[in-house]
Amino acid sequence: MSVVVASAMPHLIAAPILLPLLSAALMLVVSGRRRSWLAGLNILTCLIGLAVSVGLLAWVAARDAPLAFGVYLPSNWPVPFGIVLVLDRLSALMLVLTAVVALPSLLFALARWERAGVRFHPLFQIQLMGLNGAFLTGDLFNLFVFFEVMLVASYGLLLHGSGRARVQASLHYIAVNLFASSLLLVGTAMLYGITGTLNLADMAAKLAQIPATDRGLLHTGVALLGVAFLAKAAVWPLNFWLVPAYAAASAPVAALFAVMTKVGFYAVVRVWTLFFPAAGSDHFFFGANAFVLLGLVTLAFGSIGVMASQRLERLVGFSLIVSTGTLFAAVGFGMPALSAGALYYLLGSTLTASAFYLLLELVERARLGGDEAALAHNPDEGAPFVVGPPVLVTSPAGDVNLDDAEQPLIGRAIPAAMVFLGLGFVVCALLTAGLPPLSTFVAKLVMLIAVLDPSGLGNESRSPSIGAWSLATLLIASGLASTIALVRLGVRYFWAPQARPTPRLRIAECMPIVLLLSACAALMVGAGPALRFTQAAADSLHRPALYIEAVLSARPVPAPAARAALP
Amino acid sequence: MEVVVSIAIGVLGGSGIWLLLRPRTFEVLLGLSLLSYSVNLFIFAMGSLSIRAEPIVVAGMAADLLHYTDPMPQALVLTAIVIGFATTALFLVVLLALRGLAGNDHVDGAEDAP
Repeated sequence: MSVVVASAMPHLIAAPILLPLLSAALMLVVSGRRRSWLAGLNILTCLIGLAVSVGLLAWVAARDAPLAFGVYLPSNWPVPFGIVLVLDRLSALMLVLTAVVALPSLLFALARWERAGVRFHPLFQIQLMGLNGAFLTGDLFNLFVFFEVMLVASYGLLLHGSGRARVQASLHYIAVNLFASSLLLVGTAMLYGITGTLNLADMAAKLAQIPATDRGLLHTGVALLGVAFLAKAAVWPLNFWLVPAYAAASAPVAALFAVMTKVGFYAVVRVWTLFFPAAGSDHFFFGANAFVLLGLVTLAFGSIGVMASQRLERLVGFSLIVSTGTLFAAVGFGMPALSAGALYYLLGSTLTASAFYLLLELVERARLGGDEAALAHNPDEGAPFVVGPPVLVTSPAGDVNLDDAEQPLIGRAIPAAMVFLGLGFVVCALLTAGLPPLSTFVAKLVMLIAVLDPSGLGNESRSPSIGAWSLATLLIASGLASTIALVRLGVRYFWAPQARPTPRLRIAECMPIVLLLSACAALMVGAGPALRFTQAAADSLHRPALYIEAVLSARPVPAPAARAALP
Repeated sequence: MEVVVSIAIGVLGGSGIWLLLRPRTFEVLLGLSLLSYSVNLFIFAMGSLSIRAEPIVVAGMAADLLHYTDPMPQALVLTAIVIGFATTALFLVVLLALRGLAGNDHVDGAEDAP
C-alpha cells in the first residue's frame, strides 16, 4: 500500500477534496428515486476516502520531521500566489478521524434516516468535502471558503427530516454561523491588509517584519479570526447554539456534526502555532492565557450543563462542550506533551460523542415503545446471541412494511436488544466520563501527568501554576459530573419499572455503533503508537519553522517544454 | 475618501448588528445582509483605496501597487459576495419555513410572554 501511496504523492493530497466533490456531482445526476445507487455510491466514496486518509496518515507517519509535510499546488502557481494544500501529521489525523466518523454515520442513516428527506447523500459528501478541505488548506481565504462549504452542507443536513424543532434550531444555527463567518472575513481582510498575503506560511514568515505600530492592528485581526473560530468550536460564551442544534438534528447528522466543532479547534491550533510560536517570538503565543481561561470556563460550563441535562441528547451536546473546553485549555498551555494528550483526547471524545448520538436514538426509540416494534418483520431468526428467555418476540405480518423500493424496511430483530442498548450505554458513559480502562481515561491521565509534572518523573520541576491546578481539578471534576449525570439518566432509562415491549433493533443500526465503539477500543489498545504519533504531531506544531519552510520551498511543476529544455 | 468609506462601513455594520439583535426573523435577515455589505466594503478597502488606478498591467508602467489597484481584494470580495448571497437565500427559505410551521415571525417561534 505504501508503494501505491508513494507513487500517487503529492497528487493524492487533493483526493480527500476531489473525491467527495466528484461523488456529490454524480449523485445530483442520478435520480433521487434510485436510492440503492445513491447509497452504493456514497458507501463506496466513504470507503475510498477512508483508504486514502489512512494511506496519507501512513505516508506522513513514515517520515522524519523535516520531510513530514506533503505540499500540493493545485493550480501549479508559485507558492505565495496560488492556493496550496498542506498535509502534515495533524491534518492527516483529522482526515482519518473524519473518515472514521463518516462511514458509521452513513451506515446508520441508510437504515432509516436517508428516506426522511431529499438530497441527503450529496449533502453528506459536500459536508465531507468541506471538512477535508478545511483540514488540508494552507491558505487563509481558502480556509474561509471550505468553512462555508462545510457550513452550507451542514445547514441542509441539520434541516434533514424537517419539523418545527429542526427548522427553528437551524434558524439560530445559520444566523450565528453567518455572523461568525463575517468576523472571519473581517479578520482575514485585516491580515491581508497588513501582510499582503493570504498564504498561512508566508504570512507567518512575514509577521516578524511588521512594524511595532501595526502590531495592534495585527492582534485585532487575529483576535477577530479567533472569535470566529471559537464560535465554531463552541467555546463559552459563544456556544449556546450548539446544544439545541445538535439535539434537534437527526441522529446520523448529529454524529457527523461531532467532528465539526473540532474544525474550529483545528483552525485555532493551525493559525496560532504558526503565527505565535511559544518560543523565540516577541509576541509570545498571543492570546494563550485567554485560551486557557476560556477553555477552563467552557469546561466548567459544560460540566454544569451535563449535570443539569434531563435528556440524553442535551447531555451529549454538553459533553461535546466539555471536550472543547478541555482541548482549548490544554493547548493554551503551549506544552508539547500536554498538546499530544489533548490531540489523543480529541480522537477518543469525538468518536464517543458520535457513537452516543447514534445510540441515544435507539434508546429513545426503545423508551417510547417505538413504532419500530410494530414494524418488525423478521424477528429472532439467526439472532447472534440470546440472553435469558427471549421475551415478547411477536411476529406481526411480514408484508405490511415495504418502503418505496419494495424492500422490507426491517432487518433482524435482536432479542437481547436491551442488553445491547444497556452495554452500549455503559461503554459510552465510561468513555464520556473518562473512566478506566477506555481511551478517554488514558488521554486524561496523559494530560494530568503532563500538566502536573511538566519536566517528567525524577526531574526537578517547578510547582504547577494556578492554571495547571485548575485544569487538573476541572478535568477530574468534569469526569465526576458526567458520571453522576449518566448514572442518573441510565437508572431512569434502563432500570425504572416500565411496561413496554422489548425494543427491536436492526443489525444495520447496531453495526455502526459497534464500529465506532470498536474504533474507541482500538484507540485504547493502540494507545502507545497513537500517543507517539500525536506527540510527533504536537512537536512539529510547536516548531512552525519546519512547516513554513516546507510550504515556501515548494516549487511548481515545470511545463513540459521547460522540462524538455533541462539537461 | 477614506472617511466616507469608513463611515459607510460603520453605519452599515452598526445597523446590521442592531437589526441582528431584533426579535423578528425578517429584521435578522436584513441585519445579516447589511452586515455582509459592510464586510464586503471592508475587504475592498483593505486593498488600499486608490482612484483612477489601472486594474490591469499596461505597457510602460511599472507593475507595482503604486500604479495599480490591488486585484486581490476584488477577487476576495467577489467570492464573499457569492457565498453571502447563497447563504442569505438559504436563510430566507428557513425563515419562511419557520413562519409556516410556527405561525409567527419571532426568531424563537413564539411570542414573548407579556
